[in-house]
Amino acid sequence: MPVTLSALVKQFGRFAALRGVDGEFDAARFYVILGDNGAGKTTLLRALAGLAQPTRGTISILGKNPHEACREIGYMAHPSLLYDEMSGLENLRYFARLYDISGDSRCEQVIRWVGLDPELSRPVGNYSQGMRQRMSLARAILHDPKILLLDEPFSNVDVHSAQEMVGLLKAMRDAGKTIFVVTHQASLLEGVADEFIWMQAGKIVDRTSGLTRSAAQ
Amino acid sequence: MKRAFPIFAILTALLLAYAFYQAIWVAPMERTMGDVQRIFYYHVPSAWTAFLLFFVNLVASVIYLARRNPRADVVALVSAEVGVVFCTVVLVTGPIWARPVWGIWWTWDIRLTTTLVLWLIYVSYLVLRRFSDSSQTPKLAAVLAIFGALDVPLVYFSIWFFRTQHPQPVIGGGGSIDPRMLHVLLINWLAFSCFAIVLCWARYRLERLHREVEEAEGLESLRGVSR
Amino acid sequence: MSSLRSITVATLTKDIRLEWRSKDALNSMLFFSLLVVVIFSFSFDPNAEESREIAGGLIWVAFLFAAVVALNQTWARELRNQVLDAYRVSPAPATALFLAKALGNFILVSLLEALMAPLFVIFYNLRALGPAWQLIPVALLGTWALVVNGTFFAAMSLRTRSREIMLPLLLFPISIPAVQSMVEATRIILAGDGSARFWIVLLLTYDVVFTTACLGLFETVLQAE
Repeated sequence: MPVTLSALVKQFGRFAALRGVDGEFDAARFYVILGDNGAGKTTLLRALAGLAQPTRGTISILGKNPHEACREIGYMAHPSLLYDEMSGLENLRYFARLYDISGDSRCEQVIRWVGLDPELSRPVGNYSQGMRQRMSLARAILHDPKILLLDEPFSNVDVHSAQEMVGLLKAMRDAGKTIFVVTHQASLLEGVADEFIWMQAGKIVDRTSGLTRSAAQ
Repeated sequence: MKRAFPIFAILTALLLAYAFYQAIWVAPMERTMGDVQRIFYYHVPSAWTAFLLFFVNLVASVIYLARRNPRADVVALVSAEVGVVFCTVVLVTGPIWARPVWGIWWTWDIRLTTTLVLWLIYVSYLVLRRFSDSSQTPKLAAVLAIFGALDVPLVYFSIWFFRTQHPQPVIGGGGSIDPRMLHVLLINWLAFSCFAIVLCWARYRLERLHREVEEAEGLESLRGVSR
Repeated sequence: MSSLRSITVATLTKDIRLEWRSKDALNSMLFFSLLVVVIFSFSFDPNAEESREIAGGLIWVAFLFAAVVALNQTWARELRNQVLDAYRVSPAPATALFLAKALGNFILVSLLEALMAPLFVIFYNLRALGPAWQLIPVALLGTWALVVNGTFFAAMSLRTRSREIMLPLLLFPISIPAVQSMVEATRIILAGDGSARFWIVLLLTYDVVFTTACLGLFETVLQAE
């Protein structure tokens, strides 16, 4: 099992964001995480990325903890995780160095793949939200990770860009990557996602293959 | 264990009373300074107790960073709080003693100045603990405690050398001490140490309870909310 | 180790590029430094005899305040758009990030000092009666002492409320021996009053101790959420 969670608890002082999460997740699958605000979706994703240390419980990604598996993890969130004053290529060049990737060819390839122009010298701060999220996705997949974690990637993005991104994610799942998406716009992913994970009050309460839940709220 | 605390607390109170009696009535009057000198029996033991507590804080902080043991963090917090209290006593009694005897409120005496810097470092430690998010506070505080401990020898040396360049009056004098005074001093130190233990013990229990409640609340309180 | 160096260099050049592109921050810091010098000059009347006595103290206090303003700025950039998360999820070592930030701050604060020092010399009619070249190691070691701990505590303050006040609150007590060394050394050199060697050695010791501590403990601070 590429990703396994066991009795995961995350507390912020008095507030328990995750109250015992268990789960096993397969490779080359597209998982969508749904739930109300405060259900713990973002915390779960951050814990998988190694950005939030669990209070109790374990996370196993490809047999290692998130920090050890960092080369296999790509993370994207609603903020762009990019420097506003630099161009897209300049941003990616920098992040490529963090992953020991030399040369521009990989950066240019990835920028083209998400549908943007590597030659664009406009600073990322002047991009539209759709362009910014696509560039953020390019940054997340720069090092060809096996696991992709996306937190609200389609927020405030125009419909066309969002649909294009969904297409890209589908292609990556078909190529063997494991994808986790947290979103409030689940309808975009119907037909593409393999499984919908429903969270409530810090726990996973249901896992379905379609967007309808049989159990009453 | 529960029984031990009240018994120990009562014994400490008795010891403090006895130490007070010793300091104020039994100890011989100092030749040049008169009765004011008796503050020495509070000033010096407070300093020793404060330094001891800060040492405990350092050890607890290192243990916390090495083992992530939550009890070590509570010990660190408690020893810092009580240490700051005793440190404040040193800083207040110093000028009270200095003014009538030497005519000045403050002097950059090496011990007093080191105490002042220690006080500043540990107050900043407590402010950090107060101002940071509770899940990460123990780690950050432990790191700060180590920085503070590394700083202390440097502070001591820099003041020591400064004083050889700019001689200043020394509070408390340097020379040998009358054995009867030493005896009273040690009794007071024992009493203060026991008092520090009582305070730390009570505060430790309080903090442990507080944390247990917080954790239980976090895990259980939402049960009523989830539909 | 080569990856540590290349990531440090990459991060440092990235920071310099970003600083250059958003010149407003740099310009306002330069102006702030100028203001500090002028206010000090109004507050401490620069009569020649007394000025040499207190110049050592004044100049370093002025640098300290300018440094705090600069230090607060440099981590702020990593919080916009949560870029720091991108660094944290990458395999890049925490020490490389720290070194890059500390070096960047060192360059920035040195720039501010290079502006303020001549002004002090002019306003206070300063002349060094002792070996003036010794002011260089004092300035270098002293600036590093402030910057290395300042960068570290600025990172710690990111995780606290009242971030801007937390930095000086944590930095000033710990910096006392360093500031005392800088001030005394400067005073001795300007007044030609003995040897500043002890203070320079103490500064060097301070720098070695705390650079080691910062490099060793930065990972813990970075991973604290």
